[in-house]
Amino acid sequence: MAFEGTGEGSYLSAEPGKGWLSSWLLTTDHKRIGVLYLLSIMSFFSVGVVFGFLMRLELISRGPTIMEATTYNSFFTLHGVIMLFLFLIPVVPSVFGNFLLPIMIGARDVAFPRLNLLSWYFYMAGAALAITTLIIGPADTGWTFYAPYSLRTPSSASLAVFAVFVLGFSSILTGINFVTTVHRLRAPGMTWFRLPLFVWATYATAWIQVIATPILGVNLLLVMAERLFGIGVFDPAKGGDPILYQHLFWIYSHPAVYIMVLPAMGAISEIVPVFARKVIFGYKAIAYSSIGIAAVGSLVWGHHMFVSGFSYTAAVYFSLFTFFVAIPSAIKVYNWVGTMYKGSIVMDTPFYYALVFIFLFSIGGLSGLILGALSVNVHLHDTYFVVAHFHYIKFGGAAFGFFAALHYWFPKISGRMYNRKVANYSLLFLFIGFNTLFFPMFVLGYEGMPRRYFDYLPQYADLQHLSIVGSWILVAALFTMIGNLVAAAFRGKTAPSNPWGAMTLEWQVASPPPKENFGEIPEVKRGPYDFREGP
Amino acid sequence: MNGTTAHSHRDYTGSKIGMWLFLFTEFFLFFGPILLYSIFRFRYPQAFIDASLALDTGVGVFNTALLLTSSLTMALSITAMQRGKKGTTLVLMGATVLAGAVFLVNKYFEWGAKISHGVYPGGEALEGVKDGGAVFYGLYFFATGLHGIHVLAGMVIITVAALLVHEGRINSNDFVKLENTGLYWHLVDVIWIYLFPIFYLVR
Amino acid sequence: MDAKESKHRIVGYPVLFGVWAALLGLTWLTVGLSGTGMGSFTILAPFLIASVKAFLVVDYFMHLKYESGFFKYLLLVVLGTVVIIAWLVYQDVAYRI
Repeated sequence: MAFEGTGEGSYLSAEPGKGWLSSWLLTTDHKRIGVLYLLSIMSFFSVGVVFGFLMRLELISRGPTIMEATTYNSFFTLHGVIMLFLFLIPVVPSVFGNFLLPIMIGARDVAFPRLNLLSWYFYMAGAALAITTLIIGPADTGWTFYAPYSLRTPSSASLAVFAVFVLGFSSILTGINFVTTVHRLRAPGMTWFRLPLFVWATYATAWIQVIATPILGVNLLLVMAERLFGIGVFDPAKGGDPILYQHLFWIYSHPAVYIMVLPAMGAISEIVPVFARKVIFGYKAIAYSSIGIAAVGSLVWGHHMFVSGFSYTAAVYFSLFTFFVAIPSAIKVYNWVGTMYKGSIVMDTPFYYALVFIFLFSIGGLSGLILGALSVNVHLHDTYFVVAHFHYIKFGGAAFGFFAALHYWFPKISGRMYNRKVANYSLLFLFIGFNTLFFPMFVLGYEGMPRRYFDYLPQYADLQHLSIVGSWILVAALFTMIGNLVAAAFRGKTAPSNPWGAMTLEWQVASPPPKENFGEIPEVKRGPYDFREGP
Repeated sequence: MNGTTAHSHRDYTGSKIGMWLFLFTEFFLFFGPILLYSIFRFRYPQAFIDASLALDTGVGVFNTALLLTSSLTMALSITAMQRGKKGTTLVLMGATVLAGAVFLVNKYFEWGAKISHGVYPGGEALEGVKDGGAVFYGLYFFATGLHGIHVLAGMVIITVAALLVHEGRINSNDFVKLENTGLYWHLVDVIWIYLFPIFYLVR
Repeated sequence: MDAKESKHRIVGYPVLFGVWAALLGLTWLTVGLSGTGMGSFTILAPFLIASVKAFLVVDYFMHLKYESGFFKYLLLVVLGTVVIIAWLVYQDVAYRI
């Protein structure tokens, strides 16, 4: 069995007096909960990939090819709901945050271990509801559930909305847990400025989860109340205002982008100094920029609404703040590059993944500035340009950051090492496939191809075909990458406790870590990237 | 931690931080409808004043006083617990639950009166109303309904806490669960402190 | 962690009764002021009185007065966020064409 554990007393070894199943499903160990999240999130990720793949395939010829327009509408809704709410939002905080945050700060567990398990059950319940909509007739509103269409569509929008509401609980509980854990359970000597940067990023993320998620929650409740009782607040026929729905939706959903990408950035901030064998450049700048992104990122939601008919005054403010939020993101990129400069770089798999993250995220971020400009936005809104932009941020950024983290911490989690050659080639083809798939979309969008259409004009055919070929390469590469890790989980070579020569606390314990992380809580005497004395 | 761990540690401040963070999420939950109210209040001033005048201020005042008093009994119960007076604590907690129940019964009759006159979302009295009256009652039923659910949840939580007090699992040395229960109940009160004027008094 | 524990302060019965009396008094005041035609104060007055009441509940009943500064900062962060979000939404609804 894969997760049976290799070391004595590791968290993967059997628990006395408990069956195998209950030792997983009733565990309060943050590491096991992290693994539960990893397995469930990856399953839903695969479902989301299938939807994305089929949507692309539909466009291989004009007109209905393998599905009708309504099916296509359901597919992009499900693709969005699954990828955002079931994969990207929980993936890095819930998997790596859970697994690593307590070890990194020198604690035995999170502050509320049972709530932590409960949050996984909320996640699974929300996921089950979302998958149920698939069977009883999926929603066709898009993942944004925009009013007034979401108030009237006969599809199962109510259930889909409720699924997202339940997932929100999971996110909130995780956030509350992490904020409390970081404040209360740091080991002696683990001062704020000795925290690994991944902890800083997860901490900032946890704050967004706590503050923004309930606003989405109440918005979804309002949509459900509209559908069930017709309360009228978003319904123009009753004097309501659908633009207010968009406000409440994006007040959460824009910061949600930072819930996805901030922890991924945190992981990159761990990987870069380790493989550059150099103390990270501008530790405080990166730590504060995480908080800065969380704060300023909460003030830019209006840039999703430039053409909704809301006021120009607001549009100017939101455009301005959108340009501001580029600053803390750029600080991070600058500092990563600054860390590599004159470092003794060791080229290894996680570092390659981190480099690809930095490259793709930069393209995504810069195209975001183009969209943040008011006049250009009028032309590009709701085109493939937007689709390309947010896939570069969310897939190229958040998901590649997750892949980087996965390859970096895999030996720690499983106690085994994967085949690095296969992992490197997977990355090469991921990179080629990703860019072949999404880069043409920038051009298509600029030329006027609107998003969410299951058909297109003949002049877009060539680039659409190129993009579809890209999707095949991407899916094949994803399959290889995940297959390589699964194979390693079962048959990989035993990994040493610190294969990369890192200095943070999680690498000072065995791989896989022992049940309660530390025999004795360590006393921390130096910063997380102090490579002078060697590990 | 599985009960196998020898080092059980209690972190009161940690529990309270967690509870306060949870209360903030509740606060943001109600911030949504209150924000919507404030926007529509300026968009449809006359319709909102007319609709507000149709609500029974007497019931509103009575319910406000009731909830404030229940907050008092809840706060008193914590002081009683800290002083080790288990019996007094239980009586005060019972009074809090009772006040919550009376609050909900009043709400039931208040809603019932409106609904019997066809004043509810989708009701005949609000059919075709586009001047903001429908929105007022939409928000009224949504916000007070959501608040009612919270009152109900608070009553359940206090009852469970009372059982724990009875069993001695909450005692004068370990009462953080009672404090957190109280925090939740007071938050429900604070939300009503805002809902009461915006629906009954701003006219 | 024990070193970080804050001391538990017992709030006396008279203080709690006093706060309760103040809350009822403020309720009486806000009901009395309602509908008296105070212009723009019509909206502001009930909101301000409600805020004083909420402050009393939070400070005394919820013991915020006796907690460490950290809890107060948390509350400030939340209130600040609410103000900024509301301000930005009003930039839309107040200037819509």
